[in-house]
Amino acid sequence: MMADITLSTVPARPRRLGGFARWLRTDRRGAISLFFLLALVAVAIAAPLLAPYSPTEQNIDAALAPMSAQHWLGADDLGRDTLSRLLYGARASLYASVLAVVIAIAIGVPVGLIAGYAGGWTDEIISRVIDSLLSFPAIVLAIAVTGALGIGLTNGMISVGIVFSPMLARLVRARTLVVRNDLYVDAARCFGLPTWQILWRHVLPNTIQPVIVQVTLLLAAALLAEASLSFLGLGIQPPEPSWGAMLARAYQNMEIAPEQMYPPGLIIMFTALAFNTLGESLRTALDPTMKRL
Amino acid sequence: MIRRRLLQAIPVIILATFFVFGLLKLVPGDIAVTLAGDNATDARIAEIRAMYGLDQPFLVQYGGWLLKAVQGDLSKSLLSGEAVLTSIARCLPNTMLIVVLALLLAMAIGIPLGILAASRPGGWIDGFVMSVASLGVAIPNFWLAMLLVAWLSLSMGWFPATGSVPFTENPWESLRHAILPAVALASGGVAEVARQLRSSLVEVLASQQVRTLHAKGVSPASILWKHGLKNVSVNLLTVISLLANRILAATVVVEAVFAIPGMGGLIVNAAIQRDFPVVQGVVFVMVLIVVSINLLTDVLYSVLDPRIS
Repeated sequence: MMADITLSTVPARPRRLGGFARWLRTDRRGAISLFFLLALVAVAIAAPLLAPYSPTEQNIDAALAPMSAQHWLGADDLGRDTLSRLLYGARASLYASVLAVVIAIAIGVPVGLIAGYAGGWTDEIISRVIDSLLSFPAIVLAIAVTGALGIGLTNGMISVGIVFSPMLARLVRARTLVVRNDLYVDAARCFGLPTWQILWRHVLPNTIQPVIVQVTLLLAAALLAEASLSFLGLGIQPPEPSWGAMLARAYQNMEIAPEQMYPPGLIIMFTALAFNTLGESLRTALDPTMKRL
Repeated sequence: MIRRRLLQAIPVIILATFFVFGLLKLVPGDIAVTLAGDNATDARIAEIRAMYGLDQPFLVQYGGWLLKAVQGDLSKSLLSGEAVLTSIARCLPNTMLIVVLALLLAMAIGIPLGILAASRPGGWIDGFVMSVASLGVAIPNFWLAMLLVAWLSLSMGWFPATGSVPFTENPWESLRHAILPAVALASGGVAEVARQLRSSLVEVLASQQVRTLHAKGVSPASILWKHGLKNVSVNLLTVISLLANRILAATVVVEAVFAIPGMGGLIVNAAIQRDFPVVQGVVFVMVLIVVSINLLTDVLYSVLDPRIS
């Protein structure tokens, strides 16, 4: 069986766990970012247990309540508890970011692999398409696609994923161009492996490092895109909470209760910061040639 | 060289128009019925069908649309009936004013910060600038815009909170309206410019060529200003052109905070109300602007670096 042939030319992988522990110790900023994001995921999952109130329950008596023992972060103009909405909003915002990035990967990575590996006309055409898609301002295209598909968080983030995919495609293509002429790929070809297996087992693993870094950075961009779309009313629909939607609500009451805009804004900023910092850390950790300047 | 670049831009623009028109095909269900909205008459649906030529093959529809578009006819709004090009001509100046102002701000603050950080890498200024830069990239523009409105407009009353004034009518008032949106847009840009300039400048200053200059007794100031900056100018140009594109996109959201009647307001309202000709028109014009910026950048590359041609 062809598939049973294992090629020993694939470079030996470093010991995974030992490397990870060392990375945690040496790169404190990266480690803090990672733990912050893991904690956020935990909070999002455990939102029903942690939230003191329902995120959509209105209580006119508490409308625009300031911070207090009952409402730690106050309440919005409909009297909905801000802390509870923030906790539940983490679900929507993280779901949205992951959805957009998964779609970007699902489109971008295969297209980049095919363009880079096939070369010739296929590459030429795909590259032109990528160039032209990259000349669309991202959020503008996302707004237009959302307008076409119909308003809503899922449609909005599908749009963002489509808009992000050419960035990944370009990255993967560039790496594939380098890798496809490597000896182990030649060897796999000589053994007669089908093309998809060569791509999947030999090319993809060797293009994945820059993709991991880019994906982490894209998660930050997707988070900001979700916030923007929901702020504009093109993303999540009321009464469901997301951080962007909370900012939209706070914006409308800015003159009476400006403090309502701090919790969602700060949490968006810190989450995006954590994704970016983690991305930069991964770049340094995965690429031994890059020194920290 | 310039002609070759222009020729290379043409397929990109043509493909882009294809995608702009193709957006229509993402509309679920019967396009004419969906776009006509609720309670539409049959005549209205037939009108929309005729406008896009929806009963014809896709490529014929596209060809018809493209032919009109290159003649400057971007069709009419489904809601107001106003020609799309007229709406865009009204909104574009408001958008461009804050985009240009934001770009100037990003350079005016980002470049000195980058130089300052690079002149003592590892020093406290460097650390401070880089921390602020990380925050600047992560902060949502429109949230910063809200903060600026709350602090400087509503509390202090220094700037108007909303609206815009055409520059040709009253330059001073126009700038006063544009400054807060521009600052909000520039935050990420300042960070980006400072960070990129710093890292390429640090690299140049650590090079053998600069060591030779030191050995020759050239003063550090002259090395930094004459030799360092000359070598990073191409990198800087790349950063600025990418930034121009990003600011152009981000302005869409920031305009909403300041209720500026610009391209952002135009496309957002059109998208919510499924006013598709307007959506397509705005996207089309935005792409044209981005392609022009990229072209201009390419031309400037060859001016800055004679090796590129």
